[in-house]
Order: sequence, then structure tokens, then C-alpha cells
Amino acid sequence: MAVKLPVYMDNHATTPVDPRVLEVMLPYFTNQFGNAASRNHSFGWQAEQGVDTAREQVAALINATPKEIIFTSGATESDNLAIKGVAEMYREKGNHIITAVTEHKAVLDTCKRLEKHGCQVTYLPVSKEGLIDLDELRATITDKTVLITIMYANNEIGVLQPIEEIGKIAKEKKVLFHTDAVQAAGKVPFDVQKMNVDLASITAHKMYGPKGVGALYVRRRNPRVQLSAIIDGGGHERGMRSGTLNVPGIVGFGAACEVAQKEMPAEMERLRGLRDRLHQGITSRLDEIYPNGSMEHRLPHNLNVSFAYVEGESLLMGINDIAVSSGSACTSASLEPSYVLKALGVGEDLAHTSIRFGLGRFNTEEEVDYVVDRLAETVSRLRELSPLYEMAKEGVDVSAMQWNTD
Amino acid sequence: MAYSDKVLDHYKNPRNVGSLAKDDPNVGTGLVGAPECGDVMKLQMKINPETEVIEDAKFKTFGCGSAIASSSLATEWIKGKTLEEALTIKNTEIVKELNLPPVKIHCSVLAEDAIKAAIADYKGKQSVSTAEGATVASATAD
Repeated sequence: MAVKLPVYMDNHATTPVDPRVLEVMLPYFTNQFGNAASRNHSFGWQAEQGVDTAREQVAALINATPKEIIFTSGATESDNLAIKGVAEMYREKGNHIITAVTEHKAVLDTCKRLEKHGCQVTYLPVSKEGLIDLDELRATITDKTVLITIMYANNEIGVLQPIEEIGKIAKEKKVLFHTDAVQAAGKVPFDVQKMNVDLASITAHKMYGPKGVGALYVRRRNPRVQLSAIIDGGGHERGMRSGTLNVPGIVGFGAACEVAQKEMPAEMERLRGLRDRLHQGITSRLDEIYPNGSMEHRLPHNLNVSFAYVEGESLLMGINDIAVSSGSACTSASLEPSYVLKALGVGEDLAHTSIRFGLGRFNTEEEVDYVVDRLAETVSRLRELSPLYEMAKEGVDVSAMQWNTD
Repeated sequence: MAYSDKVLDHYKNPRNVGSLAKDDPNVGTGLVGAPECGDVMKLQMKINPETEVIEDAKFKTFGCGSAIASSSLATEWIKGKTLEEALTIKNTEIVKELNLPPVKIHCSVLAEDAIKAAIADYKGKQSVSTAEGATVASATAD
């Protein structure tokens, strides 16, 4: 079967809306357009009904109760609300926050801003595998610590942090635990009860729902978490997030959660099979391929590998009918290679050659085989062009050479 | 990012890819950039010592499409030129020819540096072999 081009394999960036999700959303743009806060007419009741159902669906996915779901505009807002909201609300108790160096910028930059306002933040390092050290976490907690914020799955390398163990430590030390679960929710089991999570950020567009809608899970008992709002207004979402609800988006988010929950067991296995096929295909055709981060503690649909001696942007240019991402500096706005890979101790030379593959619901085996073929031919061609590959083949240790980096 | 047609053309059909014997006294090799920065260019030229004309040029580049295109273009331009002429090639001319955006100007700078480094390498070799020649000559004169 011919592969339809271009192939989309960048599902950590975003996912398409599932047609089943879109279908449920459509009436809420036209006939059922009401404001969910309108209490005196049927338009408002219909909208509220849609939101209530969605709240139940979102809660069910993560084993929460509907009242613990606060709808937001997306995970960046959820991360901001969780971290700033806790820092402000628990200021009397303490000002110390613990996070990790591989977190998403929505967490890191929020923490940096709080540092300017008197908070102290510890950024835990990670191992070569991309994992934090639990003993180090435990040792870092002080009586001033109010929040631990550690992501569930990393957006670049797909590495899964031991959040159940982190939750245990947080509970024992009576510190609140927030997790950015954007890449994990709807993909792998995520149970806020079992994992002792107090706050969790999730978003619809990473799980085949629409963009512009997310949620923050806020625990209501054992303990009851309180937050200072960062957006003031009409008191929506129990006062934690004012603003008219994005009803069609929320309805779609709910539908997306329901589909994801139902299909998760089979879909995890299918995607793991495709991912392993991709990885094996690449390593059987090319030498000097280095996976980044733990292959064991990892999302089943993520692969992040460095194609040594081939710069990432030039590789993307050669496979321009395949949508993937690179950790190369040239592809980022900052002109710095990936800080996540740097934190793992991956040398900048290898960071420049890294590619992130994010498999998803609509990828097929034929697409994987096509991607392997295109990668094998493009990497081989670019290595013929690479002075570093030539030197390595001549036995020169490229990393030990003195380069002029002015 | 959108690439100019000329960058795409050099990327898809790079000119003069390969290597020359780096120990040949008539070959100059320039190796510039660094893997950590995401760009390494190796540019080589074979020079006729009588005329100082660049008779052949080869390159290999690790880097983005613009870096590959800049070095490919550089080899095209220096072939047939004298060393003196090759030294007048400016990175701004490469930028203009390839329509490089501002963030890619460093690729053209690297290509200019590679030409200069290769010529310096050749000249270094020549002065050593001339000096050796002189020693040999004086030895036989004894």
C-alpha cells in the first residue's frame, strides 16, 4: 500500500483531532452555543450539561472526581496556575519549590519568575537515563518546602519519572506534589489516587482533542489543596479560573479522554510495536545510532535517537516529507541545542544530531517502514558528506580533538 | 524555515564532494568549525605550484543545509582561480548568491574561513618543503 505523504510522526508536539471527537464538538459551535454560566435558559443548561459530562470523562481518565477538574486554556496555564497558585497560597508555610532540570519551559520559566519574587527553587539533576534520584529528592525537602513539581513523561525523550514513588515521599513529608502529565495522560495509566498526586496538568491537543483547552487536577481531600487564582473575574471553576468556559473545546476534551481511556491498553501495545519496529529498522540499517534516555522507563510511542555525524537540520531537510523534530540548535529559536539532552550528559555534538519521533494513533506499519527507508538513505548520503564520519572511520577520536569554538 | 532554491539545489546536488590526499604537498586543507557548534567544514584544494592556480577543490561538511550549500558553492568558486583571487572571496558574496537569512550568515563566514585555512595550510607546506629543499641543497654543496 502506498504511503500517503507527508507522514506525521511528531505527536509530542500536537495530535490531530480524532473525527469521533470532532463530531461530538460540532453542535456546541452552532445550536448549543450557550454560555455554561447562563442559569436561566435552556441554552445555558445545554452548555452546562456538555461541560458536566466532559468533567466526568476527564476525571474518569485520571481517577479523580469531577469537582477536582479545573478547565484552563491548556497545560501552560495549568502549570502556571498550579505552581504560582500554591506558592502564593502557602507563602506563610514556606517558599521552597523542588523541580527538575528536564521539565518543560512552562514549569521552569514559572519557577524562574517565582525566584524573582522571593521563592527558592531547587532544580534536581537527572541521570544519563533522564531520571531523578529519589534519595536526592528526599534530602532536598526542608520544612520550607511547599511544592514538588516533577513531570510524568518528558516531552523530548519520553522518559517516565517514578511519580508513584515521588508521590509517596511527598505524602510522607506533607509536601504538595504537582506533575505535568501532558505527554502521559491518555497514553499510559495515570491514577492520581494510586500515585498520590495533588495537582496535575493535562491538555486536550496531545490526546486527539482540540487545541486551546486543558485542565488542572486539584485534589479535594487528603489533603484539600487550595490555590490562589492567577486570573480574576467572574468566579468560574470554583474561583480558581475565571473566564467563560470554552464549551466546544471542553466537550471535545471530554470525548478525547473517553476514547483514550477505552483504547489505551491495546493502543499502548500497538504503538510500542511500531516504535520498536522503527528503532530496530534504523539500527539494522545504520551504525552509530544512540538512543537518548532510558528505553525502559519510557512512553511506548516515543523514540529519540542521535544519528552521529549528521546534523539534525540537514537531516530534516533530507526527509522533508516526514514531520519529526530535532534537538539541533539550528531548528530552535534559541540557537542552543536541547537543554534536556544536555542535562542527560549528551555531548553537544550528539545533541545536534538528535531526532525525536512521536508515534500516534494514526500511524501505520507502512509509514514506519517508509520512514526507516528514507532515514537510511538520507543519513547514509549525509554521512558521505560528513568530515566527522570520515575522520571517525579513519580512527580519529573526533570528541577528543581540539576545535576552535570561538 | 524556507530555503532558497539555490540552497536546496546545492543540498540535493552538492558539487565537489570528497577528499584529496592531505599529505600531498600541493594540497591545502582547511578544517574549520566545531561539532559542538553544529558546523564543521573540511575544504581542500589542489594547487599548481608553478601557476598557483587551484586546479581541484573538494569539501565535506557536517552542518545544516546552508552550511552544506555555502561550502559546495565555495568549491565551485575557487576552482580555476589563483590563490590570490581565492583570498578575495567574501562571505557576503556567498550570502547574496544563496539568499541566506541572517541566522545563517555564520555558515558563509565558515566557508570563507575554510578557504583561508586551506590556503594557509598549503602555504605552510610550501615554506617547509622549500626550507627542506634548501637544506638538502646545502648538504649536497658540502
